Order: sequence, then structure tokens, then C-alpha cells
Amino acid sequence: MRLLINKIVLFLSTLAAVLGLIFLFWILITLTIKGVSALSIHLFTNDLVNNGLRNLFIGQFILALIAVILGVPIGMAAGIYLQEYSFNNKFASFIRNLSDVMMSAPSIVIGTFVYAIVVNPVGHMNGWAGAIALAILMLPIVVRTTDDMLGLVPKELREAGVAIGAPKYKVIFNIIIKAAKVGIMTGLLLAFARIIGETAPLLFTSGNSQYFTLNLNQEFPSLTVAIYTLATMPDKHLVEIAWAGAFILTVFVLIINLLGRYITKEKK
Amino acid sequence: MNKVMDIKNFYFTYAKAPKPSLKNINLPIYENKVTALIGPSGCGKSTLLRSLNRIHDLYPGNKYEGEVLLKDLKTEEMENILEYKKENELINLRQRVGMIFQKPTPFPMSIYDNISYGLKLMGKKNKSELEDKVEEALKDAALWEEVKDRLKDDARGLSGGQQQRLCIARAIAVEPEVLLMDEPTSALDPISTIAIEELVAKLKDRVTIAIVTHNMQQASRISDYTAFMYLGELIEYGSTEQIFLNPKEKRTADYIAGKFG
Repeated sequence: MRLLINKIVLFLSTLAAVLGLIFLFWILITLTIKGVSALSIHLFTNDLVNNGLRNLFIGQFILALIAVILGVPIGMAAGIYLQEYSFNNKFASFIRNLSDVMMSAPSIVIGTFVYAIVVNPVGHMNGWAGAIALAILMLPIVVRTTDDMLGLVPKELREAGVAIGAPKYKVIFNIIIKAAKVGIMTGLLLAFARIIGETAPLLFTSGNSQYFTLNLNQEFPSLTVAIYTLATMPDKHLVEIAWAGAFILTVFVLIINLLGRYITKEKK
Repeated sequence: MNKVMDIKNFYFTYAKAPKPSLKNINLPIYENKVTALIGPSGCGKSTLLRSLNRIHDLYPGNKYEGEVLLKDLKTEEMENILEYKKENELINLRQRVGMIFQKPTPFPMSIYDNISYGLKLMGKKNKSELEDKVEEALKDAALWEEVKDRLKDDARGLSGGQQQRLCIARAIAVEPEVLLMDEPTSALDPISTIAIEELVAKLKDRVTIAIVTHNMQQASRISDYTAFMYLGELIEYGSTEQIFLNPKEKRTADYIAGKFG
């Protein structure tokens, strides 16, 4: 009887795993077939106005990069505060909880928020708003990663730094962060991978642009928003471009994730 | 004989603890001697050692009472380190009173940078002077021959025993007056342990050493004075010979004989 239950449970769990994987591979295979067939050099050398994706790649990357520049210092500073300076007081646990809640906030909500505080006062969508939305989105991930990774550094190392006569901030910046470097780097990479594929926070903050631009004060080209728009177009060719864009984005995110894993493995 | 440090009527209470962990400790630390602190787990020997460079200050709420005197090198006067308030004073204290931990604590940087770190903090910038000091410290810690060809390598790649000697080199590079060692060999193999013990014997000409150890043989081998602690109190203090051969207190005798601990 026990053997039978064992077999049933094994069967059911295998079935569930296979079912999950089928859909995953289905998505990937469809994406690959449709994406690869639409790939061409033309996409990389032309902007959206000429049915290319060049300005979108660059635009998306710039948005994510600015988000990193805005979000990482603030997030890391908060993480350092939580782990090194707060001594787990009430305020720290409040911030930790708040940050965790923010992590699970739907990204569209963050988009709406930025629309209200940036786009509305300015009067039109712009690149800064998109970058700010992405920065807010990555902030809790950076806070959490920094907090957790610094927490893994043994306290003896802090004591050893202080015992040699280093002021606290030097212990943190010269020793503790270095010791946690790999973990933090991996976390930042994953945070970057997370925001580079986001659509919802950009949809009504930075919008999209057909043309190549570096001017963040106007609507800014975004690959994800373009995929969303192109996919709903009646023109078959434009839908194909959307597939190509989605495929490239997926490959890019995959590479970043693999890179993150590789760095972590190298350390061990 | 000169006292480098003198602990008088010292009480220590951890944050939020209802009672002090150390009660009325009176203990001299003599210059260029090795003082061993022994006693069963939880007796407060590490707590006492960690008070001597005020490393407890890293965590808020801990309370010191009484006096811990440290001799000022220039004036020869004894100064109460518990009165230090500013970070500068504490940094200065820790440069004068170094510390070695139970687990080796190499910094995540090269062997060379590990040793020069403390020197740079003291404001030494001259490159050739730094190089000389690093070499000298590594030689003093009996590590130079093993690492001289790979000073640029990550210090975390060294073996446990080498790491511990590196930490000793790092501590003595800044030329402290006192070196506190908190069970420095308990995480090491027997060969590395012997190396560290020999090092302690060699170093005591230059630096006063206070060492916490669980290992009674170690205390008898390397120390000149021994303090036996039990439940936060100093039960007996004397020359190592006297403590081990002719203890006055029954608890000391029982502990040394291995009847509890």
C-alpha cells in the first residue's frame, strides 16, 4: 500500500514537472522559430521608422543603464545601512518589510506611480520617467541583495578590520564589501536582467519612439514597449519584427542570467 | 617588572543582560610576558580579552565599569582606556593593542595588501618603506619564506595555519604594545599550532601577549602568568608554574586536573 502511494505521488509530481516544462519549451521553441526566421542584419542597422530595431535596443539599454546608475547607489546605501549600521532596530525591520513588499508590487503600479509624480507634472512622457520607474523597480532587489550578501560576511572579519585600527566606514568599504563582492555583483546582474525585460513600467512613462534619440526629455525608444505595440499591428511584417525583438531580448536576458550563475560558480 | 596593562575592579555587562558577565576582575598584564587566560567555556575569558581593545564597542549597549589601564609609551603613565570616547582614541587604542581571532581572518585582498593595510591606516605611504615593513612583519611571523614569491596572490588562498600567521604578521606590522590572542590555535592542525606557539615565544621580546586558550598544555607551555577564570570571576592568578604545580584554590586545582571544564 505504501509502495503504491509512493508510486502515485512520484507519478503526479513528475507529471506536474513535465507539464510545466512543456509550456516553457513551447514558449521557447515558438519564440526561437518565429524569432530566428524574422532575424536579419537589417534589424540591427535600422531604426523602427525603417522597420529596424536599432534605436530600440539602444534606447532600452540606456533606460536600464540610467536605472542602474540611479537605483544601485541608493539601494546599496540602504542595504549597507540595514546590515552595518541599524543593529536590527525597529526602523530597520520596518524598512526591510517595506522593501520586501515593494519587491512584489506589480510593475504596472510603479509605472502608474511614476506617471503621477513625473509624467503628469512635466506634461508629457519622457525617458527620465521610464528610467526612474525602472530604478524604483530594481531598488528593493538591490537593497535585499546587498543586505543579504553583507550579512553572509562573518562578523569576525568586521572585528578584525576594527582591531587593526580601521574606522568603521573603511572596514565596510575596504573589507566587507570586497568580501561580499561576488554575491552583490550577481545580485546586481540579476536585477539588471529583471528590469531590462520590463514593459509595464515604461508603457506610460517613457513611451516609445520611432527614431534614434539620446534626448531623455522626450519619449524614448524602448524595445519592450515596441514589441507590445508591434505585436498588435495588423501588418504581418511588423508582427514578425516583434517576434525577432522578443527573441533577441530573451537571449540577452538568458546570457545575463547565465553570466550571473557563472560568476557565482567561479567563486566556489 | 612593569605592568603594561592593569585591570582594576572591572565589570562588564552585555547589552540587555540582567547581570554582569565579568565581576570584579583585578589582573595585571606584565610587559614582555605572556599571560594566559584559562577556564571552562562561558567563564568570561574571551569577554575579558575583548574588553582590552574595546572591540565590544562594535555592538551597542555593552557596558564597562571599573578601570582598564594602559601604559602611555611617552609619559609612562597609566591611562584608563574605558574613558576613551572619540573614534580617534579607539582607533589609536587598537593600533596599540592588536588582536588575533580564533578563526583566521585574512582580508579579501592580496597577501601584501593584508599586511600593509594597517600601516597605510597609520598614514605610511612611502612605497619602499611599506615594502620593507611588510617583509619584516612576514619574517617575524615566520611566513616570509612560504609567501615571498606570491605576495600579490589572494590571502584567502593560503592554508589555515598560514592565514593565522598572516594575521599575526598583519597585527605586528603596526608595532602594537600588546597583542591579544583569542584561542588562536583552536581551529588549526597540530603542526600549525606548534608554529604559532613558537611564534608567541619569539614575539614576546617585542610585544606583550595576552592569550585565551582552552588547551591547558598550551597555557603551561607558552605562558609566564596564568589567570584562571570561572563564572565571570577571576579565581586565581599567578605565575604559570605556581598555578599549574601549586594552585591555592581548589577550583583551580580541579580544573587543571580535568575534573570539570
